[in-house]
Amino acid sequence: MTEQPAIRMSGVVKTFGPVRALDGLDLSVRAGEVHGFLGPNGAGKSTAIRVLLGQLRADAGTSTVLGADAWSDAVALHRRLAYVPGDVSLWPNLSGGETIDLLARLRGGIDRSRRDELIERFELDPRKKGRAYSKGNRQKVAIVAALASDVELLILDEPTSGLDPLMEAVFQECVNAEKQRGRTVLLSSHILSEVEALCDRVSIIRTGAVVETGTLAELRHLTRTAISAELATMPAGLAGRPGVHDAVIEDHRIKLDVDAAALDDVLKALVAGGVRTLTASPPTLEELFLRHYGDRLGQTDPLAAGGPGQADRRQPSEPPRQSRAALR
Amino acid sequence: MTTVTHRAAPATDRRGAGRLTGTGTLIRLNLRRERIPLIAWVLGIGLVVASTFSTIAALYPDAAERAALARSIAVNPAFLAITGPIHGSSIGAISAWRVMAVGTSLVGLMAVFTVIRRTRADEEAGRAELLAGSVVGRFAPLAAAVTVAVGASLTIGLLSAAAALGNGQDTAGSLAFGGAMAGCGVVFAGVAAVAAQLAESARTATALACTAVATGYALRAVGDTNSALSWLTWLSPQGWANHVQPFVTNELWILGLFLLAGAVAALIATRMLEHRDLGLGMVTARPGPSGNPRLSTPEALAGRIHRGTLIGWAVGLAAFGLVTGAVASTSDDLLTGNPQLKDVMAHIGGAGAVSDMLLSVMGTLAGLTVGGYAIATGLRMRSEELADRVGPVLATPVGRIRWMAGHLGFVVVGPALLLTTAGLVAGVLNSIEVGSLSAGFGGAFAAMLVQLPATLVLGGIAVALFGLAPRLTGLAWAALVAALLLGQLGQLLQLPQWVMDLSPYTHVPQVPVAALSWTPIVLLTVVAAAFIAAGVAGFARRDVS
Repeated sequence: MTEQPAIRMSGVVKTFGPVRALDGLDLSVRAGEVHGFLGPNGAGKSTAIRVLLGQLRADAGTSTVLGADAWSDAVALHRRLAYVPGDVSLWPNLSGGETIDLLARLRGGIDRSRRDELIERFELDPRKKGRAYSKGNRQKVAIVAALASDVELLILDEPTSGLDPLMEAVFQECVNAEKQRGRTVLLSSHILSEVEALCDRVSIIRTGAVVETGTLAELRHLTRTAISAELATMPAGLAGRPGVHDAVIEDHRIKLDVDAAALDDVLKALVAGGVRTLTASPPTLEELFLRHYGDRLGQTDPLAAGGPGQADRRQPSEPPRQSRAALR
Repeated sequence: MTTVTHRAAPATDRRGAGRLTGTGTLIRLNLRRERIPLIAWVLGIGLVVASTFSTIAALYPDAAERAALARSIAVNPAFLAITGPIHGSSIGAISAWRVMAVGTSLVGLMAVFTVIRRTRADEEAGRAELLAGSVVGRFAPLAAAVTVAVGASLTIGLLSAAAALGNGQDTAGSLAFGGAMAGCGVVFAGVAAVAAQLAESARTATALACTAVATGYALRAVGDTNSALSWLTWLSPQGWANHVQPFVTNELWILGLFLLAGAVAALIATRMLEHRDLGLGMVTARPGPSGNPRLSTPEALAGRIHRGTLIGWAVGLAAFGLVTGAVASTSDDLLTGNPQLKDVMAHIGGAGAVSDMLLSVMGTLAGLTVGGYAIATGLRMRSEELADRVGPVLATPVGRIRWMAGHLGFVVVGPALLLTTAGLVAGVLNSIEVGSLSAGFGGAFAAMLVQLPATLVLGGIAVALFGLAPRLTGLAWAALVAALLLGQLGQLLQLPQWVMDLSPYTHVPQVPVAALSWTPIVLLTVVAAAFIAAGVAGFARRDVS
C-alpha cells in the first residue's frame, strides 16, 4: 500500500493547437513527501497540474492521483485533495471569509478553530470584499481555504507568488506542519529557495517534460561545488585538471568549480599548495537550474563565448542523461 | 553644467493643463481594441438603415399607397408605443420613422458598452493603473473612450445620411436624419461616462447606463401613447430623435439638445473623476461578513453571483409592466376621436382589440428584453471561467454538471420570474384601470408569460455556445439582435417566411390577440432543452480554461 505513489503521470501529452504544452511528461510523487515541481514560466507546470485536477483532458498518457484516474474520478478524488492556484481570482462581491468558508465547505468541511488560527497567522482581514484584496492577500485566502480542509494531498501551484518574505516564512512553517501530519504536497514553484527549504524530492520540468527527478542530495551530486581559496603557492596545471571548470587565478587567489567526483583530488592539490583561506559553497538550485536552461542564457549572452578560463567549459546545456536514468 | 537642458515638463504651470495628455494615443489604442465590435455596430446599423430605405421605396412606390400606410400606422397604438408617431408619408419619413425608435436606442447601447469597457472595465482589470503610471493625464482614458464612442455614433449618423441621400432623399432631411441617429450615441456616451464613475464594477456601471437607455425608451413610449403625458417625450433622447421629424419639418435645432445633454453629462463625469480614487467608485464598498456557514454549495454560490443582477432586472421589468398597464388601459381612448377606425378595429378583434394588440406587442418587447437577460445569465458561466473562478470550485468535489446546474437554474427560472413580475404588474394595473380583474388581468399576464419558451431558446443558445464553442459565445448576442431585427423589420421588408421562422419569437402565439396554442410553446421548450443539454454535454468533456 505504501508503495503506491500519491501522483503518477506517465507519457502525458497535451497540445493546444500547434503548441505542445506537455510532451510525454512523467511525474511520480510518493505518499507523504513534499515534492517540488520546478521549472521556468511556460514550462508546463500549471498545465500538468490542471491535468491532475481533471480540468484539462490529456491527449495521451495516464494520470493517476491517490490511485484514481484524474479525469474520470475527478469528483470523488477532490474530496481528498486541496488546490491553491497560482493566480487567485476571488468573487468580487464575496468577502474573503465567505470565500474561505465556501471553498473549504465544498471540499467537505472546515475546521473552524484551524481556520481562525490560520487567518490570524497570515494576518488576513476576512471581512474585505474580493475586489479589495491585493494579490498577496488573494493568495492568502486560497492558502487558508486549502490548509483549513482535512485532506490527504495538497496541490499548490506557485502558492507564494505575491506573499511578502514574512508570510512566505509562515507558509513554509504551515507546509512543514502538514508534512508532519503525513500529508503529501505537490509544490510547483520557480522560487528556488522555497523548494530548497521545503521539498524532499524535486522534479524539474522543461518544455513540457520532466528532465530530472531526485532528492536534493541526489541532484546536488550532479552539480559542482564552488571553491575559492588563497594559497601559499599556486600548484601548476590546476585549471586543466579533469572535473575543474571556470578556474580564475589571480596571484595567490583561485576560484573554481569542481565536479563532485573530482572534489577529493582537487582538495588534495589545494592543500599541497598551502591553504590560507578557503570557502566552499554547495551548489544552489539556481545553478542546477542554470544547467538545464543554460543554453538559453549562453545564446543570448555574447560574453559567454571565449574569455579566460572558459576554454574547457562544458556545454552548460548538456543534460546529465546518465544520471537521469540512474535516478529512476 | 548649464548646457544641460531638461525638457520642460509639459505646461504644469497652468492648472488643469496636461490632464488630457496621451488622449490621442489612447484613442488609437481604443480603436484597436474595439475594432471588431465597432465595425459590427457601425456596419450592422448602417446596413439596416440602407435596406429599410431601399425596401420602402421598392414596396411603396405609389404616394397614395404610402399615405394609406401612414394613416394606418398613425392610429395603431402598438406602433405608437414601439416606434412613436409618424409625421409624414414620404419614403424618407416612413423609413426614418421605422428605423429611429429602435435604431437610436441601439446606437445608445453601442455608446454605453464602448465607454464602460474602455473606462470602468479597464480600471477593474487593473489595466488603467498600468496606463496611469505612464505619461497619461487623469482625464485621458475617459476622454479617449467618450471620443471613440461619439466618433462611432457620428459615423453611424453619416452612414445613415449617406444611405438616405443614395436613396434619392433631400440633403436637409438626410442630415437631420443622420443627426438624429447619432444624437442618442452622444447623449448616452456621456451618461455612460457618469455611470463609470459611480459604480465600482463594470457590470453595475453597464446596468446603470443601460437602465438610462431603457428609461429613455419607456418615457417616449408612455408619452407617445398618452396625449396627457406627451411632455414625457421631451425627457427622452429617443423622443428628441422623433421630434426632429426628418424629411418632414427637419427640426435641426433639436440636434443641439443632444450635444448639450452629452456635454453636461461629460462635465459631470469629469467633476466626479476629479474627486475619486483610481479603482474606486463614488460609493465605497462596505466590509462583508467574516464568514458565512450557509454558503456551502455550488447552488448557493450561483445564487450570490446572480442574485443582484436578477433583482435589478426584476425592478426593471416591474417598471416595464407599469408602462404596459398604463399604456394598454388608455390606448382605447386613442380611437375616441375616430369612430370610423374604431369600427374597423372592432370589426377585426371586437371590443378591446386595440389594447389587446398593444399588450401583445409589449409582450414581445418584454420577451426580447428578457431574452437578453437569459443570454447574459448563460454567458456569466463563461466570464466566471475566463476570470479563473471555475477551476478552484471544480477542484473541490463538485462535478461540472452540478456546477452548471446552479447557473442553469437562473437561466431557466430567472426569465420565468421576470416575465411573471412584468405580467403581474401589468395585469393588476390594467385591471384597476378597466375596473375588473377578470377582464383586465388574464390578457396582460398571458401576453408576458407566453414569451418564456422563446427567451429560454436564446438562453439555451448561450449555454450551448458555452459548452461547445466557448470562444464564440459572443454569437449569442448576434442571435438576439437577429431576433430583434426580424421582429421589427421582417414584415415591413416582406422577408420570406423561412427567414422569419429563424427567430424563436416568430413562433410565439400573439396572445391575447390570438388564442393560446400549445404546439409552438411545447416545440420551443423542447428546442431550448436540447440547446441546454448540448451545452451541458459539451462542457462535461471539454477543457476548462
